[in-house]
Amino acid sequence: MSMPETGRKAIAALIVLCLFGAGLQAAPEGPRLGKPLSGADSAAMDINVFPDGHGLPAGKGTATDGKTIYDTQCATCHGPKGSGGSAGELAGGSALDGPHPDQTIGNYWPYATTVFDFVRRSMPLNAPRSLSDDQIYAVTAYLLQINGLIGETTEMNAKTLPEVRLPNREGFLRIWPSSP
Amino acid sequence: MTQDNALLNDVLLPVAGGGLLDRRLFLQRSLELGAGAGLLLTGMDASGAELQPWQKTPGAPFSHYGQPSPHEKEAIRWVSANTAAAGNGISWTPLHKLEGMITPNGLHFERHHHGVPQINPDRHRLNLHGLFRNPVSFSVDDLLRDPLVSRICVVECGGNSNAGWHEEPIQTPVGYFHGLASCSEWTGIPLSTLLDEAGLQPDARWLIAEGADAAGMNISIPVEKALDDTLVALYQNGERLRPENGYPLRLILPGWEAVLNVKWLHRLQAAREPVMARNETAKYTELQPSGKARQFTFIMDAKSLITQPSPGYRLHGPGLYQISGLAWSGRGKIRKVEVSADGGKSWAEAALQEPVLSKSFTRFRLPWRWDGSPLVLKSRAIDETGHQQPERAALVAERGRNGYFHYNAIVSWAVAPDGSLSHVYA
Ligand code: HEC
Repeated sequence: MSMPETGRKAIAALIVLCLFGAGLQAAPEGPRLGKPLSGADSAAMDINVFPDGHGLPAGKGTATDGKTIYDTQCATCHGPKGSGGSAGELAGGSALDGPHPDQTIGNYWPYATTVFDFVRRSMPLNAPRSLSDDQIYAVTAYLLQINGLIGETTEMNAKTLPEVRLPNREGFLRIWPSSP
Repeated sequence: MTQDNALLNDVLLPVAGGGLLDRRLFLQRSLELGAGAGLLLTGMDASGAELQPWQKTPGAPFSHYGQPSPHEKEAIRWVSANTAAAGNGISWTPLHKLEGMITPNGLHFERHHHGVPQINPDRHRLNLHGLFRNPVSFSVDDLLRDPLVSRICVVECGGNSNAGWHEEPIQTPVGYFHGLASCSEWTGIPLSTLLDEAGLQPDARWLIAEGADAAGMNISIPVEKALDDTLVALYQNGERLRPENGYPLRLILPGWEAVLNVKWLHRLQAAREPVMARNETAKYTELQPSGKARQFTFIMDAKSLITQPSPGYRLHGPGLYQISGLAWSGRGKIRKVEVSADGGKSWAEAALQEPVLSKSFTRFRLPWRWDGSPLVLKSRAIDETGHQQPERAALVAERGRNGYFHYNAIVSWAVAPDGSLSHVYA
């Protein structure tokens, strides 16, 4: 069945109204004690990095720089070259439709930006938030390089990192909201 | 014959194979359960007539915060942590040691990515920024003045029960298999109130929540859920949150995987797209036999399990027992729980303990007369949306065994002639 463009728009607007209108109407009124948050303050605390690169800071690094950081600060838990450690496997991985697939950055993760986001907030596990932005770019580059995704001297920065397309980019089926 | 007696005779007749009796049996006040109905491992002493030391000396003085009896040392969380980082891992709710529907605060399961932060509430803020008309910052004191609401619900890890995917049935007490689920009364502010105050913009579709712990855990939450029944919780079972449960604030998304119920909540960024955090891509996604992975599988489906009797307990010979267990669904109320004592050939409806609440533990009970022969006990739940717990074979046929998360198949306990129980795939 086809539907005129205006009709479709009206229905879409109605859905939005139901979702937002209903929710917000139901919200009990609070005393509104929140203090305004300045743009500078929110920028300072914001460490989310989105797949399109939104949130990436200035800075740069290559796998060659990253290898030194990895070997001294990561390898004890993640093993040399990202495998065989006590913590998760970061490189390699077997076929995802095989019997016992290893899920790694190279064969499972959909976005390169997630590596930066996660390492910046959580790693190294024994000293989170201790690496500089350049160091995070470098170690991210190293993790991509040992997975065969970039070269040893390819510079990772706010522009190039989101352009690295991981092999399993299309490997996910979104369950919500289509069939929750 | 009086009506009561007729009913009594009626309920003493098995209603399904393996000796399952009518669920109304325990409602009959006139019926005395004989000794031996308990599941205690040690026998009761004779008559209790002997005067005990605690009857002849003054008891202990008052305490500022009560502790369980020293005789209940086994009702503890089992910890399974990373040897390289003690704060990375999980601890389980001992479901096999608990009754009723509420989990004691000290036994609520834990999943920490990087330990329990000791947060000074005076230095903690909740900041809302991104696609808001008025980005705002709340102190904990600000939030305590907001209109509070309470609700009871389960918090269940998406990875709960995942040993069920193993090729061989795991042999462990039920809490250490299914105990990454706990049920509490949560009190807090509807998140919609705070989103309203900050002026959520219409193009915001996701809220990226972040915790103030050393893992800085972040995850994306659909705006629809945030506006529906999500709470910013300050209290659990009447007291302020404990540090391991998110003190001073955490999110509660009733019925949705626990990883979204961010603890130590300090930041919500409104955005058009999900952030694609590690914990919504690399983890908490389910690899299917096709090689594709299910993502954003937020809702925890219907589940049930028999907690008494269960592996680790031993039945004391043939006789009358009460089967007791828990059922819940992230989609709403439990409509019905059925129990089988013949490996699924026949089923009897269990009694549901009131109150039966949406997205909450629902206690079910059923009387059972065991004749001493080997058999298999099972339970299956169906929720008010019609979702029914699948048999394991059906779940594995559909999802394979590499999905790791969202295992909710029917659980089976084999009862041996010596009264011991074991976990089986049947
Ligand atoms: C003390 C041990 C330790 C050190 C050192 C360490 N990690 Fe980790 N890493 C872990 C653990 C444990 C996890 C799993 C965390 C969790 O459970 O959330 C992890 C997870 C990760 C992940 C996500 C893996 C996945 O499949 O989800 C990445 C990427 C990572 N670490 C990178 C690094 C980098 C880069 C460094 C060095 C800068 C580093 N780690 C240092 C222990 C460590």
